Amino acid sequence: MSKYQEFEHDVIVIGAGGAGLRAAIEAAAAGVSVGLICKSLLGKAHTVMAEGGMAAALANVDERDGWHVHFADTMRGGQYLNNWRMAELHAKEAPERARELEAWGALFDRTPDGKIIQRNFGGHAYPRLAHVGDRTGLEMIRTLQDHGIHQGIDVHMEVTVTKLLKDGERCVGAFGYDREQGRFRVFKAKAVVLATGGLGRAYLVTSNSWEGTGDGHSLGYDAGAELVDMEFIQFHPTGMVWPPSVRGILVTEGVRGEGGILKNSEGRRFMFDDIPPLYKDQTADTPEEGWRYVTGDRDARRPPELLTRDHVARKIVKEVKEGRGSPHGGAYLDIAWIKENLKDSEAHIKKKLPSMYHQFKELAGIDITKEPMEVGPTTHYAMGGIAVDGDTQMTTTVPGLFAAGECAGGLHGANRLGGNSLSDLLVFGKRAGEYAANFARENPSYSISEDQIEAAASAALAPLERETTKDGPFQLQHRLQKLMQDNVGIAREEGEISTALQEIEQIRGELARVGAGGNRWYNPGWHTALDMQHLLTVSEAIATAAKERKESRGAHSRVDYQAKDPTWGTFNHVVHKGSDGRMEVSRRSIPEMPAALKNIIEEQG
Amino acid sequence: MATATFKVWRGNQDGGDFGTYEVELEPGYVVLDAIHQIQAEQATDMAVRWNCKAGKCGSCSAEINGSPRLMCMTRVEDLPSDRPITVEPMRTFPVLKDLVTDVSWNYEVKASIQKLTPRSPDAEDGSWRMQQYDVERPQEFRKCIECFLCQDVCHVLRDHHLHDRFAGPRHYVHTAQLEMNPIDTSDRVAQLRDELGIGYCNINKCCTKVCPEGIQITDNAIIPLKERVVDRSYDPIRKLVSMVTGNGD
Repeated sequence: MSKYQEFEHDVIVIGAGGAGLRAAIEAAAAGVSVGLICKSLLGKAHTVMAEGGMAAALANVDERDGWHVHFADTMRGGQYLNNWRMAELHAKEAPERARELEAWGALFDRTPDGKIIQRNFGGHAYPRLAHVGDRTGLEMIRTLQDHGIHQGIDVHMEVTVTKLLKDGERCVGAFGYDREQGRFRVFKAKAVVLATGGLGRAYLVTSNSWEGTGDGHSLGYDAGAELVDMEFIQFHPTGMVWPPSVRGILVTEGVRGEGGILKNSEGRRFMFDDIPPLYKDQTADTPEEGWRYVTGDRDARRPPELLTRDHVARKIVKEVKEGRGSPHGGAYLDIAWIKENLKDSEAHIKKKLPSMYHQFKELAGIDITKEPMEVGPTTHYAMGGIAVDGDTQMTTTVPGLFAAGECAGGLHGANRLGGNSLSDLLVFGKRAGEYAANFARENPSYSISEDQIEAAASAALAPLERETTKDGPFQLQHRLQKLMQDNVGIAREEGEISTALQEIEQIRGELARVGAGGNRWYNPGWHTALDMQHLLTVSEAIATAAKERKESRGAHSRVDYQAKDPTWGTFNHVVHKGSDGRMEVSRRSIPEMPAALKNIIEEQG
Repeated sequence: MATATFKVWRGNQDGGDFGTYEVELEPGYVVLDAIHQIQAEQATDMAVRWNCKAGKCGSCSAEINGSPRLMCMTRVEDLPSDRPITVEPMRTFPVLKDLVTDVSWNYEVKASIQKLTPRSPDAEDGSWRMQQYDVERPQEFRKCIECFLCQDVCHVLRDHHLHDRFAGPRHYVHTAQLEMNPIDTSDRVAQLRDELGIGYCNINKCCTKVCPEGIQITDNAIIPLKERVVDRSYDPIRKLVSMVTGNGD
């Protein structure tokens, strides 16, 4: 028998970024006991890195904005594959979620009349992103953290979950270990919320922190949940490219929102060369109109740099491929140029983009108030995730298991708009917490078999019990990341995806033989070996769905099927574990949208 | 390719010693890159806490060549190349393993500080009206990434170990942002004096010097808070009045 500590809560929330914290706060407010499990220290989750802002149709800067416009923008950005119910709830509830943060201590930047100020971002018709300079994620997570610690939530820091526990079909807990000493912990719960964030660490060049290993996607999948839209991975167009040590670190879209422009090595503003038909009417004809837009002229249309992220990323890759890239394989992002139009440009840039100024100064030796940055695409966000009911966030197939935030799928469809993630976390974190608490109250009794716990314990210990191997956990991880980067990246092709799928199997075989070395005390080699299980599952899911979608849409771009095919716009891909334990993918028709929502989309053009 | 020698402290609460590692440098390498390379190739169980590797989360605090720094924001080429680079855990907190320390005390202190208590909203939608001018000061404090380097360097904690009666610069910054939040109605002056021990700070400004966010901890947070405490508790005229009227903290 393995030794473990046992904890019992009505609701456990796995993950303590924006969605997890918001879910825990809501569940606690509903009067149930809550355990919050975080892989890192509280307040360090990847939410902290979000920069540009939180999208909410507050209409503080432009009164023409409203939930219906936000809804239509989100659907258009997602190429209509979105779960429209989630898009509707998100647009309607985001303003209230933003305002409530101020009651808990957040201090957003202000308009002249003292309201929360909002900035422009790609794909949003009006200035919509509530922000604090370029550190909005920090503001959000700290606010939730500082509020959450007074709500009677039990926080389990630096604890990693490796397995969900079940009672028949229902999810009733989780098994994990603490990083400090590798002691096992069993969490028993009447309802479980997954809020583990993303999976960017499946790729070599990513903006994600080490934690983004797709744990929730994979834990849910293993427990019988469905994964939807997994082929859609957002490559943020502007990551740092030089020096190598910082490759992938995010450069906020806020730079372009404040007037930053993209140029190739010939000095050409290439984004004007190719405007997608869906956005033709909303895009500026001239640089002059683009500048007027970012400085608040309501009659101007947005510059092409603020087109959706999928499009901008592809255009940068195209410039590089055709030999017009910057010295280190990116494009130039220039905010310094605004000095032509703005007297106090240096102070303005430092005020609006302080982290970017600091980041480039410290890490790349570049003064962004004077010189352009070199940027290129970086793996940023998984649109795909656990399939959930739009209202309750309960998984479609596992009672008692809920998911919110990036690990849940549906809201963003084929491409997420910048700023829609922070609002997603709050809107659906709250809903998940609320409905998980309800579920816990309505379903009080359950049991957990000891053999599940035993099996989880021996699986977790296996990498420590094997002899160390020449290729250790870190080498296997690096191989997988390179494989996904090269074969299932921005531009995809059937043969390469098949190679990836074969090689994933190969790495999986090697992982089963890998020895981590060392002991159970705070041992990153061991932790990486365990995280690799999740990375392999999500990588296989991405590749499987990507191979199946034989068209190009949103973030999914196939060089062998370059056109967008309308018939492929009528369904989502759903990945689940088949009865033989193998991964299966199927098509699921998108339900008919209610007439009222259809009308909104038509009205908004 | 250039190489550098790193001496990294390895051990646990029972003791430890420096391990010596040769690292091949790539352009732009930060200390955390070197630690990762050692981890991947020479010591897979070397414990280090990190998350974002972009100076935003405040996880990878350590003492590099004796100075409290973030490993992810310290470029190797900015350090002297004629001698080994030492990397040690923060000394103010109990070591767990290698570069990882037990910082849980900080979380306990924070939870003890009187939370925000907002006044009634200004508008029907539940929102408040605040001017940019009024939020800018607390916004400076809200840049804090909780790396605890200021706690690490503060001699009241580091040398005198007054953890039981002194909250440390991080928590004065936190208290300051609450006190200066335009909608807050709480009063933390008595708590600052009696429980958070702000009087022990003798404004050496070591905390300000190590803050990776450039927060003016001493000048903008601690001194104004000290002034509030002094005004309230140690003003002789006020003291006299309170003795006569029986009103006081």
